[in-house]
Amino acid sequence: MLKSLQIEPEKCTGCLQCELACSYHHEGVFNPSKSRIKVFTFHHEGRFAPYTCTQCAEAWCLHTCPVEAITINLTTGAKEVGTEQCVGCKVCTIACPFGTINYQVETGKVAKCDLCGGDPECAKACPTSAIAYVDAEQTGYQRMRAHAAQSIQSL
Amino acid sequence: MAWTGNVLRVNLTERTCSKEPLNKDWALSYLGQRGLATKYLTEEIDPKIDALSPDNKLIMATGPLTGTPASTAGRYSVITKSPLTGTVACSNSGGFIGMEFKNAGWDMIIFEGKASSPVYLYLENEQAQLLPADEIWGQSVWQIDEWLHNRHQDPLLRIAAVGRSAEQGCLFSGIINDLHRAAGRSGVGTVMASKNLKAVAVRGTRGVGNIKDPVAFMQAVNAGKKVLVEGPVTSEGLPTYGTQVLMNVINEVGAMPTRNFKDVQFEGAAKISAEAMHEPRPTDGKPNLVTNAACFGCTIACGRISTIAGSHFTITNKPEYRGASGGLEYEAAWALGSDTGVDDLDALTYVNFLCNEDGMDPISLGSTIAAAMELYESGIITKEQTGGIELKFGSAEALVKLTELTAKGEGFGREIGLGSKRLCEKYGRPELSMTVKGQEFPAYDPRGIQGMGLAYATSNRGACHLRGYTVSSEIMGLPEKTDPLITDGKAALVKAFQDATAAVDSAGLCVFSTFSWTMADIAPQIAAACDGDWTVDSLLETGERIWNLERKFNLDAGLTGADDNLPERLLKEAAKTGPAKGKVNDLAKMLPEYYQLRGWTQEGIPKAETLTRLSV
Repeated sequence: MLKSLQIEPEKCTGCLQCELACSYHHEGVFNPSKSRIKVFTFHHEGRFAPYTCTQCAEAWCLHTCPVEAITINLTTGAKEVGTEQCVGCKVCTIACPFGTINYQVETGKVAKCDLCGGDPECAKACPTSAIAYVDAEQTGYQRMRAHAAQSIQSL
Repeated sequence: MAWTGNVLRVNLTERTCSKEPLNKDWALSYLGQRGLATKYLTEEIDPKIDALSPDNKLIMATGPLTGTPASTAGRYSVITKSPLTGTVACSNSGGFIGMEFKNAGWDMIIFEGKASSPVYLYLENEQAQLLPADEIWGQSVWQIDEWLHNRHQDPLLRIAAVGRSAEQGCLFSGIINDLHRAAGRSGVGTVMASKNLKAVAVRGTRGVGNIKDPVAFMQAVNAGKKVLVEGPVTSEGLPTYGTQVLMNVINEVGAMPTRNFKDVQFEGAAKISAEAMHEPRPTDGKPNLVTNAACFGCTIACGRISTIAGSHFTITNKPEYRGASGGLEYEAAWALGSDTGVDDLDALTYVNFLCNEDGMDPISLGSTIAAAMELYESGIITKEQTGGIELKFGSAEALVKLTELTAKGEGFGREIGLGSKRLCEKYGRPELSMTVKGQEFPAYDPRGIQGMGLAYATSNRGACHLRGYTVSSEIMGLPEKTDPLITDGKAALVKAFQDATAAVDSAGLCVFSTFSWTMADIAPQIAAACDGDWTVDSLLETGERIWNLERKFNLDAGLTGADDNLPERLLKEAAKTGPAKGKVNDLAKMLPEYYQLRGWTQEGIPKAETLTRLSV
């Protein structure tokens, strides 16, 4: 079964535990600025929104990479950056419509979500289940269920 | 380990920024943040100095766990000598800037001297610069927050700043970070402004590593998070209702100070409670509360994000206040509401916004306005002094107007900015000031919660609920229930809470974690992260060491045991209603026992053997 990250911004409290977990897994330090998942705060709306790579099936980043550094992990479906091959040209950062692949100055390479090899740390660290790792074909089911619950109230 | 090992020293007089190594021996004795910075302060300043002179220093300090994923570990504190109380001041704040200091590579920043003209500190990792702030002097925190983000073209910049009230000398001005979190009490913002330091803007990208045993640390952190999920206060009460969960509870037990502590129950409590914040407003159909929000790394998320109805009188011509921002916490709702007799939720929310925008401590503001209302109703002051404001208990209009004036240091607001002690002394009625050591009381009436009377009287920064929160035991039954109306055992209870809290603060954790965590949950997290031998016992001893160090600073500053006192009203005027009806606070029964348990003389002075035992 292919799984995807399911993000429900309305549950997010903005604590950044996901960013800590992500950066610790990938960089070995607790460093929000190096996280591949980002929580955006919309202060005047009182909203928080975690955002990261959705692992497009036809990934712009993958297709545009001139050195074929981005490959598909056949187990998880994640588009992974091969740091050996990446030359830091940043073309993928331009191609990605969502901005979820980004350049890192220290390494001279790009970095993006790789689903932690199939066990995403962000989802495990989220205290409110705003981030979950679920069947890729069912990421909308939570919301469907909520609306279904509303629909039976008028019966 | 866990400490970065770096201290940034900023000499404002000379306009220099220099890096020095953290004193590791002190870190092993005082842990971090509150304890460690107090050690630095006591070593570097004469306790007798004028708090607003360039001789005072101001330290922004993180704890060793700040910036790690230990739940609630986003705290930092500001330590200095207080202009309000003359005691040591330590004001603790959440939000995100503590984490950012740590990510930039610093354990603490020591500000000394005074700049010849307004400046702000711009800190990008190891690069520290003092930049001119003339253009933003005279502006609110919210205004300059936007200005600094634009100026540095960095949306991720974290900012701590002082507002107009601090510039104007209001003695209870705090330092606001991340727009609505505050190192709020004791006038730490006033000290910052007195140094011509308007703001600190920081960006850290280095990360927090340096964990002694990462595997053991993550295990301890995850075990700690699980305990918070299992505790009803930290998993349900606080996220759903915030600290405001207490409003109706404290009112029912008859410990809700009302109208400057004349009463102990407020008839309007339900209208300004957490439950009311969830109710749709009749005017716009929306509830006051938009969402709960977390500080950095916190898995509790007690913060309130609120809006004011667009048609409310406070903001009818002020579109800039229509968006969401930091909403009412219990202390603010009490001080601005119950203590002034005002039960208009949106008016209190507006006043709370102004406290955040211009950096005023809402506890001291509300309490001082309450004292002024009593002076007015007693005929001691009139419209002549108030500038035409009809300053009656229950008047939302008067509260709002006076807050606007105090925020800018105008009119009668300048006198409110003196705090309740100086205000009441000025008008010849010092007994109407509900303060200890010059700092206004928080939201628990010591006639209905006896232990809090002792906690207030002995708090090292003047009246404060966060130095020894015996409410936890006396009302909530955590970790075990004690009777709020009796004094037996309260001396030991207060000491235990004071020592434990000093250790929790110094780690960089939030004291709210202790609604579920005991020291046995906390010690393994510190022990796995930090060098040194950190156990429950060693942490409690560290807390006791910090407490005695703070006490020593205050005594050296000129305070005495006579300052461990409560206003006459709480000792002589009995509670009129509720479970505490007929009760006063029996401080005299608790204080001598407390001194004895502390190893202090009958005059409240730490004995030589106590200081030797603790290596103070």
